[in-house]
Amino acid sequence: MSGLVGAPIDRVDGRLKVTGAATYSAEVQVPGLVYGVMVLSTVASGSVARVDADAARKAPGVIEVMTSANAPRVDTKGTGGGDRTLMALQDDTVRYDRQPVAVVVADTFERAVDAASLVRVRYVRAPAATSFEREPDYQPQSALGADRHKGDAQAALAQAAVKIDQTYVVPAEHHNPMEPHATVAHWEGDRLTVYDATQGIMQARRKLAAAFGVPETNVRVISKFIGGGFGGKGSLWPHAVLAAMAAKLVDRPVKIVLSRPQMFGSVGFRPHTMQRVALGAARDGRLTSIIHQSSAQTSVFDEFIAGTGMLSTVLYGTPNLLVTHRLRKLNAATPTFMRAPGEACGSFALESAMDELAYATGIDPVQLRLINDTNTDAEGRPFSSRSLRECLRVAAERFGWSRRDPRPASMRDGRLLVGLGMAAATYPTHRSAAAALVQVRADGSVVVRSSGVDIGTGAYTVFTQVAAEQLGLPVERVTMELGDSTYPNAPNAGGSQLTASAGSAIKLAALDARAKLLALAGGNAALLRGGPEAIAALVQRAGVAAVEGTSDAKPGEEQKTFAQHAFGAQFVEVRVDADLGTVRVVRFVNAFACGRILNEKTAKSQYLGGAVWGIGMALLEHTRFDERSGRIMNANLAEYLVPVNADVPAVESIIVPEDDPHVNELGVKGIGEIGIVGAAAAVANAVYHATGKRVRDLPITPEKLLA
Amino acid sequence: MSVPRMTRRRFLRRAALPTIAASLGLGEPRLSAAAAAVASITVLPAQGPGAIPVALTVNGRVYELRIEPRVTLLDTLRERLALTGTKKGCDQGTCGACTVLVDGRRTNACLTLAVMVQGKAVTTIEGLADGNRLHPMQAAFIEHDGFQCGYCTPGQILSAVALLSEKRPTDEASVREWMSGNICRCGAYPNIVAAVRSVAGQNA
Repeated sequence: MSGLVGAPIDRVDGRLKVTGAATYSAEVQVPGLVYGVMVLSTVASGSVARVDADAARKAPGVIEVMTSANAPRVDTKGTGGGDRTLMALQDDTVRYDRQPVAVVVADTFERAVDAASLVRVRYVRAPAATSFEREPDYQPQSALGADRHKGDAQAALAQAAVKIDQTYVVPAEHHNPMEPHATVAHWEGDRLTVYDATQGIMQARRKLAAAFGVPETNVRVISKFIGGGFGGKGSLWPHAVLAAMAAKLVDRPVKIVLSRPQMFGSVGFRPHTMQRVALGAARDGRLTSIIHQSSAQTSVFDEFIAGTGMLSTVLYGTPNLLVTHRLRKLNAATPTFMRAPGEACGSFALESAMDELAYATGIDPVQLRLINDTNTDAEGRPFSSRSLRECLRVAAERFGWSRRDPRPASMRDGRLLVGLGMAAATYPTHRSAAAALVQVRADGSVVVRSSGVDIGTGAYTVFTQVAAEQLGLPVERVTMELGDSTYPNAPNAGGSQLTASAGSAIKLAALDARAKLLALAGGNAALLRGGPEAIAALVQRAGVAAVEGTSDAKPGEEQKTFAQHAFGAQFVEVRVDADLGTVRVVRFVNAFACGRILNEKTAKSQYLGGAVWGIGMALLEHTRFDERSGRIMNANLAEYLVPVNADVPAVESIIVPEDDPHVNELGVKGIGEIGIVGAAAAVANAVYHATGKRVRDLPITPEKLLA
Repeated sequence: MSVPRMTRRRFLRRAALPTIAASLGLGEPRLSAAAAAVASITVLPAQGPGAIPVALTVNGRVYELRIEPRVTLLDTLRERLALTGTKKGCDQGTCGACTVLVDGRRTNACLTLAVMVQGKAVTTIEGLADGNRLHPMQAAFIEHDGFQCGYCTPGQILSAVALLSEKRPTDEASVREWMSGNICRCGAYPNIVAAVRSVAGQNA
């Protein structure tokens, strides 16, 4: 794995996953476990006047019904970032549809579900803010809320020879990981153990400790496998606190698993986002102004802001720029991170507008992006590395972009319209502090520990590869242990940062272990190259159970010196039935340069997943709120559509090798999110090419094409 | 609490009461603040027999247990038999994560009551490998990276095994179509298709 693209080895946890032996949070076997089922509000605003739980309490098998009247007191005020303010039965105010109002605990799941249906809740309704269009913008006080100015974007736009000024809408979307959120909570005295489907073990531990007023060391959070997260499991949500509260109340371990309709309740979603993108350009296509102004929904009791317009400070060079972020408070749950929060939405707007500019100037869309390539971000910082040009070039060539007749509705395949569209992509390279432990044991085996979580990205696998490479051992000798808060600190598996953070820590810990082995070998490096037996002999001779390497890795000055971003290009071919308005994506080619790639196979799966998410975002996904009631109308997988196998064509992902010596010890940029960035715009641009219809509000459903 | 015995006719009669229509928001879409209307959902208590003896054959092993007739095959496997390889994704028959084989036929375990499969052979993901030797479909899913988080994987694999025994055509488009009852949110679909077709090729 010494090159820029690591060996495509099979997932080290593959066998566990194909045999059903991988254990997810709801599946842990805890003696004495009982079942909690939440009762959720059926109004979006108001208060609980009365909870009649008599029938439920008398139902067979019911142990307790927890309401605001008997719920343990907890402090669930959020502190910002991913730490959310949670509604956990501490008062009677209802602030959104599907807010928890009671928890029924029973000896079996069936009895808990049945009894939950017997709980009668009376509400006093209050006026609800349910219309995004009617609510006013406010400017958030957080860092992302600050406006970004460069030059005079408004004046430059007014003077531009060519202008695009449009509004783009991305609706609310729900993550819908296949594994519903699940928590098993177990108290032993004032010590709490929680098995939680979470992307962030340490953050979950902090939140739970703060909620119950116990030291963090009294809380252990375990998450060995999680069935998809996509950002939705990046925060601790009410059900997890409620499970721990219920466990305290009934003095037994309690399991709460969300039903699929409950997955549309308190666990976050991509906010409805409206964006104005205005581009000013000279006739030669050179941008003279970019204005990117977004408004997104947040809740009435908490604030979530995504950096929707931030990619406009990075993707293209322009002398004049204005980026603003505003929010509107609605009586809905608090939105949250969802795969490339910000960039997924922002790229739909910016990259649709760039396509519109290509048509307005008569310049090829790929060429237009090459013309506006830049060596610095909007603050004038150089990029640590930037391979956008190469991504555009190789993907365009592989896709066969040159066969495209740019005139809308000019290409046909029998009675179907053919459309070819493209978009550029970028995603920031994040990194947080992390530690790791590498134990080289006397039998020549290696155990590596980090509290990071593998959410399906392949962390178990690539971390194994990193440790094996540094120690010069075969991967079979290395056991990677993740997902336990008793292991060394790691940040959330979110923001595409876990490998940059925990992976770097594992590399440094392995190097530390290697240095100690080298000392035991009297400085004779040849002894370390003798394989597992030679290394085992060194450890045995030292008379210790294991030689331990540790690390404390953190970002440094390079974060200020360089703009750090991954780049990519998305190319899509569609077929549109003009009579029915149906769109099928028939081909998808993407190329990404994300620094060093640790495992070619799992990396391509990340890019593939991003493409599939892009297809869903472009054509299918839409959480529908009823403005009259504030309630979600399609809270299930029959009516909230995600791509199925038949919706997805062959996807070809090209890895553009990239050497970035600045970003982190591993030279990796993170690959989990960039795959969706620009994908929806590429589909929308292909649809425009096929039909001449520019759809600026997602998803692109048949009625919009038939209109 | 005295619970009136519920007949179908009685349920229908009570369901027709206007209070229920109003409480479901059917008649009054938008309530003014001044009205401060009190909304409630009238729920009727469910009735049913208690636990009964049930004998299940899962992966060739017979399990005898006492469960209520309303318990699904899925919850029986996961919560009673500790066979957690079968996954619950939606509990509504929409995602396919709970796919098991019942007498060789792919079946959503969440829409199947355990009592319905007595006398039939249930195969779950735990019963697919031959000891330590993986079923070719399991091996193909690993080789082609036909999963990421792994949660839909048992259902995908059992669906794929059944697909081949159903003697469906195995061109790409057909496999996509016949595997569309199993959602993979990680988006591994093309890799799943490649895995299925590689095993189909071995069998051809």
